[in-house]
Amino acid sequence: MTATAATPTAGAGRVSVARGYRFELVKLVSQWRIRLLVLACWIAPALFVAGVGQQSTLPSDTLFGRWMLATGWAGPLVTLGFSGTWALPLLTSVVAGDVFASEDRLGTWRHLLVAVRSPRRIFAAKALASLTVILLLVVGLAASSTLGGLVAVGNHPLVALDGHLLAPGDAAGKVLLAWACVLAPTLALAGIGLLGSIVLGRSPMGLLLPAIVALVMQLAQMLPLPVAVRLALPSWAFIAWNGLFTGPAQLGPLLIGIVVSLLWALTATLLAYLLFLRRDFTSLTDEGSGRRAVTAGLLPLAALAAATVAVVAATTGATGSGISQAKVQHSLATEFAHLYRMQTWQLNRPAVTEAQLKATATCNKGSVRVAAEGPGNDWRCVVSWHLPGVQATGTAVYQLDVTSDGRFVADGDGPKEVNGYFLVRTPTGDAPNPLWQFDGDLALLRTSKG
Amino acid sequence: MDDSLLAVRARGITKCFGDVVALDGIDLDVAQGRIHGLVGPNGAGKTTLLGLLLGLAVADTGRLEILGAPVGRTFTAPDGVAGFVDGPGLYPSLTARQNLTALAALRGQDTRTAGIDDVLDQVGLTDVADDRVRGFSLGMRQRLGLAAALLTRPRLLVLDEPSNGLDPAGKKHVHGVLSRLATQGTGVVLSSHRMDDLEALCSEVTILATGRVVFSGPLGKLAAENRELDYRLVTSDPQAARRLAAETPGIHMVGGAGGGQRGEALVVRALVPAVDELVARLVRSGLALRELAPVTSPLEAAFLALTEQDAAARPQQTRAQQQAAGR
Repeated sequence: MTATAATPTAGAGRVSVARGYRFELVKLVSQWRIRLLVLACWIAPALFVAGVGQQSTLPSDTLFGRWMLATGWAGPLVTLGFSGTWALPLLTSVVAGDVFASEDRLGTWRHLLVAVRSPRRIFAAKALASLTVILLLVVGLAASSTLGGLVAVGNHPLVALDGHLLAPGDAAGKVLLAWACVLAPTLALAGIGLLGSIVLGRSPMGLLLPAIVALVMQLAQMLPLPVAVRLALPSWAFIAWNGLFTGPAQLGPLLIGIVVSLLWALTATLLAYLLFLRRDFTSLTDEGSGRRAVTAGLLPLAALAAATVAVVAATTGATGSGISQAKVQHSLATEFAHLYRMQTWQLNRPAVTEAQLKATATCNKGSVRVAAEGPGNDWRCVVSWHLPGVQATGTAVYQLDVTSDGRFVADGDGPKEVNGYFLVRTPTGDAPNPLWQFDGDLALLRTSKG
Repeated sequence: MDDSLLAVRARGITKCFGDVVALDGIDLDVAQGRIHGLVGPNGAGKTTLLGLLLGLAVADTGRLEILGAPVGRTFTAPDGVAGFVDGPGLYPSLTARQNLTALAALRGQDTRTAGIDDVLDQVGLTDVADDRVRGFSLGMRQRLGLAAALLTRPRLLVLDEPSNGLDPAGKKHVHGVLSRLATQGTGVVLSSHRMDDLEALCSEVTILATGRVVFSGPLGKLAAENRELDYRLVTSDPQAARRLAAETPGIHMVGGAGGGQRGEALVVRALVPAVDELVARLVRSGLALRELAPVTSPLEAAFLALTEQDAAARPQQTRAQQQAAGR
């Protein structure tokens, strides 16, 4: 019940944020769609990961998807990739994007204000309650997918994005950290949701705003934008966790993504707060205002985006796409060497080290007339390596599809016994060939090796 | 009246929304332990006035005292005041009991001793206490809104159209609760378009039109005003009654020579003294008086007369027009 009363006895005076927070939580959790979402987030990922673990066809177009039969730690990372693209924007829309608008829909603002007596506390209670529910949903996605993977597939080592094997303990730590990192962009979307819920009122656009913003930013990440722009968008943090699974970890882009996301979260929440305090509650409902949405919502956030682009460009010195020939060659050779060792172990051959292999790669974009830089699926590479005691140099050909966010898929083109076929014959039977196709991740910012 | 006995004392209250003057120099006195009706056509300023009493808005000018304390210039609900405007605030996904429990908890009350069952019983919702409000009718929502207000044991209860959607049983519950509260000393201000409710409940009424008070005082004073009313008269001999009515000074037959005959009933227009005289003549002639009642209630008649007069004389003023007039 929205409070329509001021009591002279108990509770006279303003209601504390803690009481308001509990009240808002009760209201949120009593909604069937929130209950359904909580249930889905805590059950569906486990069923999905366990189900894929029983299939022969894997979601290999998703990062770590090709390793879902090999280790239970791939499942939560596949879920994380899906969540960053779809689930988290939609969840924040439904929760944060509706938390203020629902009072407009029900016509309960006047009663809530009479009871709580402080718009500031109402804002704090609603923001905290919606963030709590969002956190519950994110934890559910992570816990459920991890549990499903470990139960259905097992606690085995995970192949990282540079080809080296992560022990189960290390994999667990990095999976947990990756999920923790996406909380920052989730907070940014939640802030945008609060802003939309206040600025646009009962308008459906208010509810959809976080999802729409996330979609636009994902489209931006797919475009060949300069790397400084890419890193200065909060959606980057939904991708940047990939850098945790390379050696060395790409912490710079990840930290930039987190800081930018938190700045967006802070700015959007502050704008929402100021607009809420200025709202005229004598009107029973608020249908939203397009003009106010532009002046009070869009313009400040656009200014923030411009400022972060300038700061990122100035502090990192990042220019262009961030994808250079040297980076592609280095990443491919490093990953090939790690995976070659795995194949050697599978085939029960004498062990070699990466140092002994001295793997190198030569890459171009199919023609000398095309500059060997930037994203594209026309990268063609030849990897060379040496084996101890063998004079001849081994070579293998790869076609690379490098996307603008730095992720690449290497597709082996032969020779057949190295990387030309998806299976290798091991002493215990056929097994997936780790050198046939694999995922990698380029460091978009300048590195000492890059 | 002694100011210390007033639940509401308003003097010269003005409230504007942009260019529209919603309240224009309103004076209002509501005594403790009385039920005060607020009547007026749509847009007269009733909801704005109720909102001021609940602390939802602040008057632009004027002085407002609630329960003896002056209301400040900042937004805050005065202590001891409860009620609702534009319908009660209810959350449809919660049950009736959960709505009340959440409200009690929000206000820091111990939900076990807040008297939730008692207020549900008072408004006749005990049987549906654990049903979700989503399925409630308008009348049930109104009663639950009243229960929420009762939960805080108010000294001033402010209700906007509390009779909306009430069935006869619901109306009985609500009237009973309001009368009991008034008996216990709570001042009640309620707005309604249902004149029969107001006449049944209120000891005093204020009629608003275009933001101004056109009448304020006891209901009896309205009837005593120098205004003719139509009365429906049923006797044992309609022909004789018609003849006597035509002979009585101050009695006008409604509907011309036919005497406004509607079956056995006769409709006459007169002031109260003339009606009294007609009744005396009917009795002296040995006719049985079976029914005598105003066709339109005194309150409704006064409402129509006063508000129509005011609307004709003074269309809704804008602030600019008001300022110009002031100059």
